[in-house]
Amino acid sequence: MVNEPLFLLSIITTVLYSVGTVGYLIYVVRTDLVIHRIAYTFLLAGFLCHSTGLALLVGQIKQMPVTTLPQTFSLFAWAIVGSYLAFQLKFNIRIFGTFVSPLAVIFMLLSSAIPSRIIPTSQLFKSFWLTLHVTTIFIGNAIFALAFCAGIMYLLQEKQIKTKSFGLLYRRLPSLETLDSLNYVCLTFGFPLITIGLISGFVYAGAVWRSIWHWDPKEILAVITWLIYAVLLHERLAVGWRGRRAAIMAIIGFSVILLTFVGASLLLKGHHSFRFG
Amino acid sequence: MDRIVLIGLNHKTAPVEIRERFNIVCLDSRVPLSDLARVRSLKESFYLSTCNRMEVLCTTPKLDEGINAVVGLLAEIYGQTGAALKPYLYIYIDQDAVKHLFRVACSLDSMVVGEPQILGQIKDAYRRATEAKAPGVVLNRLLHKSFSVAKRVRTETRIGSSAVSISYAAVELARKIFGELQGKTALLIGAGEMAELAAEHLISNGVERIVVANRTLERALALARRFNGSTVPWEELAEELRKTDIIISSTGSPELILTGEQVRKRMRARRNRPLFFIDIAVPRDIDPEVNRIDNVYLYNIDDLQGIVEINRAERIKESARAEHIISAEALKFDTWLRTLEVVPTIVSLREKAEQIREAEIHKTLTQLDSLSAGEVEAIHVLTRSVVNKLLHDPILFLKRTSTRPRKDFYLDVARKLFHLDEDQPETEQGEDQLSLDSDKAS
Repeated sequence: MVNEPLFLLSIITTVLYSVGTVGYLIYVVRTDLVIHRIAYTFLLAGFLCHSTGLALLVGQIKQMPVTTLPQTFSLFAWAIVGSYLAFQLKFNIRIFGTFVSPLAVIFMLLSSAIPSRIIPTSQLFKSFWLTLHVTTIFIGNAIFALAFCAGIMYLLQEKQIKTKSFGLLYRRLPSLETLDSLNYVCLTFGFPLITIGLISGFVYAGAVWRSIWHWDPKEILAVITWLIYAVLLHERLAVGWRGRRAAIMAIIGFSVILLTFVGASLLLKGHHSFRFG
Repeated sequence: MDRIVLIGLNHKTAPVEIRERFNIVCLDSRVPLSDLARVRSLKESFYLSTCNRMEVLCTTPKLDEGINAVVGLLAEIYGQTGAALKPYLYIYIDQDAVKHLFRVACSLDSMVVGEPQILGQIKDAYRRATEAKAPGVVLNRLLHKSFSVAKRVRTETRIGSSAVSISYAAVELARKIFGELQGKTALLIGAGEMAELAAEHLISNGVERIVVANRTLERALALARRFNGSTVPWEELAEELRKTDIIISSTGSPELILTGEQVRKRMRARRNRPLFFIDIAVPRDIDPEVNRIDNVYLYNIDDLQGIVEINRAERIKESARAEHIISAEALKFDTWLRTLEVVPTIVSLREKAEQIREAEIHKTLTQLDSLSAGEVEAIHVLTRSVVNKLLHDPILFLKRTSTRPRKDFYLDVARKLFHLDEDQPETEQGEDQLSLDSDKAS
């Protein structure tokens, strides 16, 4: 059962994100505020289009749009773009978009590449705790995606300064201090969110399956992810882990998230795997 | 028509002994300006003196007389004969003078191409000149134009966008590491001249505290006083790394002053806040190993020089684009200058017409006193539009005349044709600019 308007909306969204991404890539070569504004506008338009699509979908299936893997990818792309737009408003680091927008496009493409079949509504997906679980986990992970991009930007800039060979990006990228604090801000927003996400997940599991822990691969990976960010946050506050090490940790952390999210769903079996095919 | 003359010398034409002479004269008095104002053959004047150049810009109706007067005056300041000074001077006339001024303002003629100070120096000199009422219509316009051309060059080319001196390169790097330099501390190890320069740039970019460490305390104290900073005993140098952010080292020491191990040990106490070492000493003061420590960055004199070379090459490439802008703007200025001669004639033509119109209206209205206010207004509108329509073509013709080779002839005919010169004075009530000009002429 293919839903025509929803399908159309998702295509338009992907196109808008892609055009925005191309704009952001051009912005690297030609530092022109107008180009940035155009790219930003396309991303914003894509986000609005995407939000409409998701709202319609939720209205139709009457539950969080995470029942299939394509939906999940699409929701994740939406969360990434949404958090980026919010960060851009607050911090105005224009080149940030060049690193973030491709991620959104990749997830949109993944979402449309995988065949989807909407499964019959399950009572399992209707719960306050589950809604809270999904919302916080997705936004938290999206913010960690931003931290991942900030980490890559930091490493690129740091390498140029350390090795004293300056490329095109040296001028475009902000100062190391700015990139490092971007990383830190992401951590302070993202960590509480995934903490709430984990707790609400356990509460939900306890309510549904009468046991909070099942040795599900996704559960294990999620806890590992949480530990990585917990260590990063702790070391940062306690001994001042910053700069390169914090950037690398943010990159590792997000890689584990990706593994949890994509790998565990596709390859491993457990009650978190998203049905598809 | 008045000619624009620019007479000057710069770092390319005159050695420092001569340049400094003019600089000193300029610094302790306003003599050149008032002297220039007294020269009868000059109409307007402007005087600029910096460590690398001296420029006299003026307008004169009599070219040779004006040039000789200025050269004579300069020779007097220099305490020499005009002939002795002349080999060091360049003299530009009209378009060339305009272009030269633009090039100076855009920093294309500077020792370090693209350096930003010169524009500020010209603005200061211009302010002093206007206080002395030395520039008139032409020079006012020309100098303002030079400011806007400089701005245009700065925004449209990348001539000033990258550091071309070692100390600027260091500041630029510091900003890429720390972002804002507000609240940061810099430690000067040793007291070389280049270190001093770098410290100056750091302060003007927001660095808050300067700490000086030197083997001889007197020198350290003197430097610290200069930057309003403090000193630290030589033996406690390494401990100071806990509190400082930027280190500029320039001692004459033959061996290393800070080793990698010393720095590494202090990073924990710093909670890994970044450290930026600028080692401009030869032989080097700072262990190159330092650059391997996380959050520590080390640049030596060659690294900085490398950045400067790359940026210089880029500036030279950009200066070609700047020259193009300057030529275009000089041409625009020339066009304006030409219309200037036509303007008084157009103004008097308009005035004459308006006088006639008002006189005739007055005559008519005294006979027709039964008219309503609306009807009076209608008559005004009617007559005004008749006058405007009638004058439209002659005025257009005069404006176009400004670029014709035989414009003096056409202007003369126009003035005779409309009988502009006998019973009424020329201009005076025109725009402010024009009245200034005629004040000077009279």
